[in-house]
Amino acid sequence: MSPRTLRALLPALSLAALLIAIAIVQPRAMSYFGLNLMLNLALPIAFATMAQLCVITVNDLDLSIGSFVSFCACVGATWLAESPAFGVLVLLGCILVYAAVGALIHLRNLPSIVVTLGMSFVWLGCSVLLLPTPGGTAPDWLVSIVKLKTPVVPFAILASAVLALAVHGALMGSAYGAVLRGSGGNPQAIARAGWSQLTAKVALYALAGLFGVLAGLTLVGMTTSADANIALRYTLLSIAGVILGGGEFVGGRVSPIGAVLGALTLALAGSLLSFLRISPDWQIGAQGAILIVVLALRALVNRAEARAA
Amino acid sequence: MNTIAAPRRSPLSRVAARPWIWSFLGAFAVWIATIAFTGGQGAGQILSVALTFSAFFVIVGIGQMFVITTGPGNVDLSIPANIALSGALAMILMDGSDAMILPGILAAVGCGVLIGAFNYLLIRTLQIPPIIATLSASFIIQSIAIAYGRGLKIKPPPLLSGLVQSHVLGVPLLALVVLALAVVLGFVLHRTLYGRAVTAVGQNPRAAELAGISVGRTRFATYVLSAALAGFCGALLAAFSGGASLNMGEEYLLASIAVVVIGGSSVSGGDSNVPGIWGASLFLYLLVTMLNTFGVGAGVRLIATGVIIIAVITLAGGKTAGRR
Repeated sequence: MSPRTLRALLPALSLAALLIAIAIVQPRAMSYFGLNLMLNLALPIAFATMAQLCVITVNDLDLSIGSFVSFCACVGATWLAESPAFGVLVLLGCILVYAAVGALIHLRNLPSIVVTLGMSFVWLGCSVLLLPTPGGTAPDWLVSIVKLKTPVVPFAILASAVLALAVHGALMGSAYGAVLRGSGGNPQAIARAGWSQLTAKVALYALAGLFGVLAGLTLVGMTTSADANIALRYTLLSIAGVILGGGEFVGGRVSPIGAVLGALTLALAGSLLSFLRISPDWQIGAQGAILIVVLALRALVNRAEARAA
Repeated sequence: MNTIAAPRRSPLSRVAARPWIWSFLGAFAVWIATIAFTGGQGAGQILSVALTFSAFFVIVGIGQMFVITTGPGNVDLSIPANIALSGALAMILMDGSDAMILPGILAAVGCGVLIGAFNYLLIRTLQIPPIIATLSASFIIQSIAIAYGRGLKIKPPPLLSGLVQSHVLGVPLLALVVLALAVVLGFVLHRTLYGRAVTAVGQNPRAAELAGISVGRTRFATYVLSAALAGFCGALLAAFSGGASLNMGEEYLLASIAVVVIGGSSVSGGDSNVPGIWGASLFLYLLVTMLNTFGVGAGVRLIATGVIIIAVITLAGGKTAGRR
């Protein structure tokens, strides 16, 4: 097998290894009901990971996605339920803010880490203003979409697959997708070919905002209520998911399918731990360890590739 | 470099050319606004408290500054987890006994050194960007801190908690100690072989390598230095807040990066200064104090903090871009 295919298969293999381990430890978990339960919260993580992937495509990093998803969840549990039109308007406004942040970062040539860290405070502040204490109720239609009982395959898996394939098609298969990735890979070349670097960055940031909104809405559909801190850990999880899925920090090298697989792997890691009766204290540690193991495997593959060349 | 290039300028314009001066001006303006609101009441008190709290920002900020100086993409995200673990370790070792203060602090710094070495090991062997390496490491460190430090209710030794809260001629002792530390590290950055190597690696790693600097060794030492400082901060912070807690390091991730940026160091590396870290730390803390004094709620305070950080980087970032 060539190193290239091996590297592309790595995310799928890690997820398969995790699923096999779960099947051995707790065979009953491998049912429709069990998978549904385990993957319950995987969908919002997958959306957040996709948002992060968009930003990483242009060599930036979004440290505000967790608090942004929290804010969207808060909007979903309050304004969207009380006055749907206003709620939708606010969420659309959020996407515009994301696009504006992308434009600001590009125009002033700012480090994305600092700007998005600042934005994380802004979103958190907005959430605290909107929902000072945990509460709110998700609109019924949202709950019924998220808890949809699809035949044979659980909704979370179907939706994740659709998400992965859709973004894969748009980013890897379309002509403009190649331009978008190229703006992370070789900005000068893209600029010389007549494409606007600004448009590319704004488009990807807006897309990240859209996926962030979807993450917040699916999350609040599952939990039916929200609070300001509900998704703060998504920031780090989403970065880990993208990297686990084969994305790299520089050069616009990302993989939407891999990222979704990475997000599912991270979401399932907690289930395996609880089946093994290991304290939840170690959950983040296990996610870190998975990340390191997969990166070590990838380093091995890369080394083999370098030796072959 | 700037001083040699501009021998004829007046002292005032030379000071104005320093990138860190703005952070002190900002801190001063915020302080004036606060005491104007209180009608001059508690001006000294506010400054004294600000010096104490800023000292913690300065300790980790200088470490982060060294890391950021070594070039684009270098940043230490493991600082909060490091603070939590080192703080817990120090409290457990000291176990409230005055005799164990020094071993406890040394253990916290040692814990930091190990974390820094682990960070660099990941960066080097896995060939991954430092952000991912320090992020993965922080996941693991945080888990250890949670498992090891859960429900920890050990009070710091009375002598140590007395010391970190004591004042010398009205100035917090902690601030004086950290000021001395900053002077030493400023000397290290600008006047020693290692410090010059850090700056050179940040400006152009390839040129530095060709000039005979070991880029790997320089980065290794820098990650260890940053983590050791975070460990030291963990011990002091636990002593100051009456015991270690798992989330006491949380705000230091943003703070450590923000003070480097606001302090006028270049985010893309190779051009840093230590005084700015102090100015920016004072600015950040006084800003929160000002908003509290104005009586705004937590939500507005968070938004204002975020907006001001973005505004500062927008102004400062443009300046750097123009200068280069």
